[in-house]
Amino acid sequence: MDSQLTTALEVVVGVPVILVAYIWGSERLVTLFPEKARRRVRPWLWIAPALAFLGFFLIYPTVQTIIRSFQSKSPLKPTWVGFANYKWFFTDSDALGALTNNVLWLLGLTIFTVGIGLLIAVLVDRVKYEAWAKSIIFLPLAISMVAAGVIWKFMYDYKPKGVPQTGTLNAVAGTVGVGPVGWLQSPTLRLSTFALIAIMVWMWTGFAMVIISAALKGIDPELLEAARVDGANEWQVFRKVTFPLLGPTIAVVSTTMIITSLKTFDIVYTLTSGNYDTNVIASLMIKEMFTFGDFGRASAVAVVLLLAIIPIMGFNIRQFRAQESVR
Amino acid sequence: MKKWMRGLVPLAVVTLAATACSSGGGSSSNSSDLHGKTVNVIGTWGGDEQKAFLQMVAPWEQQTGAKVKYTGTRDINTVLTTGVASGVLPDLAGLPGPGQMAEYAANGSLKPLDDVLDMNAYKSDTASALVNLGSTNGKVYGVFIKAAVKGLIWYNPKAHDYGQAPPKTFDDLMSQGKANQGQAKSLWCLGIESGAASGWPGTDWIEDLVLRTAGPDVYTSWYEGKTKWTDPAIKAAFDLYVNDVLANTYGGDKTAVATNFGNAGDPMFANPPGCEFLHQASFITTFSQFKSHQSGTDYNFFPFPDINPQYAGAVEGAGDLFGMFHDTPAAKSLMKYLVTAQAQDIWVKIGGALSANKGATDYPDDISKRSAAILANAKYFVFDASDSMPTAMNDAFWTAMVDLTNGSKTVDQVLTQLDSVQKDAYSS
Repeated sequence: MDSQLTTALEVVVGVPVILVAYIWGSERLVTLFPEKARRRVRPWLWIAPALAFLGFFLIYPTVQTIIRSFQSKSPLKPTWVGFANYKWFFTDSDALGALTNNVLWLLGLTIFTVGIGLLIAVLVDRVKYEAWAKSIIFLPLAISMVAAGVIWKFMYDYKPKGVPQTGTLNAVAGTVGVGPVGWLQSPTLRLSTFALIAIMVWMWTGFAMVIISAALKGIDPELLEAARVDGANEWQVFRKVTFPLLGPTIAVVSTTMIITSLKTFDIVYTLTSGNYDTNVIASLMIKEMFTFGDFGRASAVAVVLLLAIIPIMGFNIRQFRAQESVR
Repeated sequence: MKKWMRGLVPLAVVTLAATACSSGGGSSSNSSDLHGKTVNVIGTWGGDEQKAFLQMVAPWEQQTGAKVKYTGTRDINTVLTTGVASGVLPDLAGLPGPGQMAEYAANGSLKPLDDVLDMNAYKSDTASALVNLGSTNGKVYGVFIKAAVKGLIWYNPKAHDYGQAPPKTFDDLMSQGKANQGQAKSLWCLGIESGAASGWPGTDWIEDLVLRTAGPDVYTSWYEGKTKWTDPAIKAAFDLYVNDVLANTYGGDKTAVATNFGNAGDPMFANPPGCEFLHQASFITTFSQFKSHQSGTDYNFFPFPDINPQYAGAVEGAGDLFGMFHDTPAAKSLMKYLVTAQAQDIWVKIGGALSANKGATDYPDDISKRSAAILANAKYFVFDASDSMPTAMNDAFWTAMVDLTNGSKTVDQVLTQLDSVQKDAYSS
């Protein structure tokens, strides 16, 4: 109890004290420099803590991971193995299966969340109960991934034919004389992967909808009015005016969804643990690292994931800059 | 002191104070008085098992005045792998299996127990197979804090009582089962879902079949990676599993992979029963409907029958290995206490667990007494093969059993796949 109290005191009192002391100390330090140099030194002193944190928590681990990806399994006595871990990643059937699934996730999740999100945003824009509809669709995003996994485990539950179905989907299918279907147990055509993607679509459509809806509200109604006056029908207004104006927003939402899909882990882990050909890169990484203790391979997987995300991040930043410069 | 340096003094004081605070509170006493000391224990037990463990250590806590801080986790592998790499380890911990125990002992993170335990008493009280499994390089590193007999065949005596004349051979079991099937929909109850470890009940099936068709020597060389998966001796066991078990399974393949192992026996208690037999270890009595039914009248078991008479009397067992990572006086004292018959009796009395200690006899019912007798009298005793394999092999074995049971892969496909994993997993 005592040590906990000390820790609490350290955090509550210590952190602000250190912060104030740093600011005060760095100002004192600046006064030592000649007047001219101060302007150049001060900003560096101010961002130094942030840079230190970034370096320690981001740059250092990244570099370490890259180095580790060229080393062998053992956590204690690593030896250099060259590109062996990468060779494994691009030849092992499990790893390639995980890669395939991630591509499916990327396409499925992005297309469905952005597509359905856009559709709903445009449709609810014209009804009175818009706020209600949007709240309900947005709600699943507030649920934690693992909780959503558990909820959908019940939805997809499978019981043998002739026994009351406790799973919602199979119960519904049963009333029309179909099934039961092993939603999560069907590696054929990677049906199980799509069953998992559906859960994430359910969760993230609300996110895409809210952002797109906000952009929609930002479009000047006079533009739409002008188009209509010029004789455009509703479809043409959407296709030629609304959609191009939503372009940058849709691009940002899409890249966010792509990154989300590449990071997918919780849903797969809670529902199938990667069985039935549903493994994804992130769960492969966790397995290599924490189950098999193969730090080399896990690092290689992490590096591949990082390399895959960098271009998308780059695109996102460029898009953001382009938008900023327009303003 | 220059002026600017004086300006920095308060900063230095604050920093020093903060570090001093955080480094306080360490233990530095080596007296035998354990009062107020804490032993950190990590294990895989949760729920009832955790309660049982805490009841078991309560007398020790009262005697010494020390405290046990127990954390239960389903991911013991993860916790220990990262712990060994980072050096942040509990005092005592459950170990996933003899394989990992040997690894941790070799790199020095696990401490030998020869000076901690009363070795003569330990060796005379414990089945020698279990003592050997807990030893590596001639020293004892792990003790079995509880044990289980694997491969018991559970049945519902109300449907048909096998108590008088239990099947002697596997063929006998299949034919008697079919003759007495009555209204039961199928022969076997099967459920292999178990989260990240899905598939392990299937691996237990294969292990029991290998042990009784090919014998303990092949069994050992198989988990040591010296016998290939495609070897005819191993393939025979897989074929037997597909033809005799999967073909007669309640609800078919999808039901088996979608059902949690703990609920697998539920259809056995239904009226009319869904299935006749459940192949599972002695610990199943603490799960699902076994808990709400009466042992002896509602459920009972007979040992897995022999297949090849040459290997009659072979038994597969498992258990929770326990090891010590820090040799503090309190940890040593707790370790010593845990293996005693006095401590073990508390646990076995609660039910669901067998003790590795022959002196523990407080079993609550006939069923656990009989399983304990099987454990103590086994002619050949082997440890769970999949748990003795390297983790990557074990994991691939689990996945293979899910694929095979689900019908998405054939025996040959999974065996070829397992062979390629075997080549990779043992070389490191």
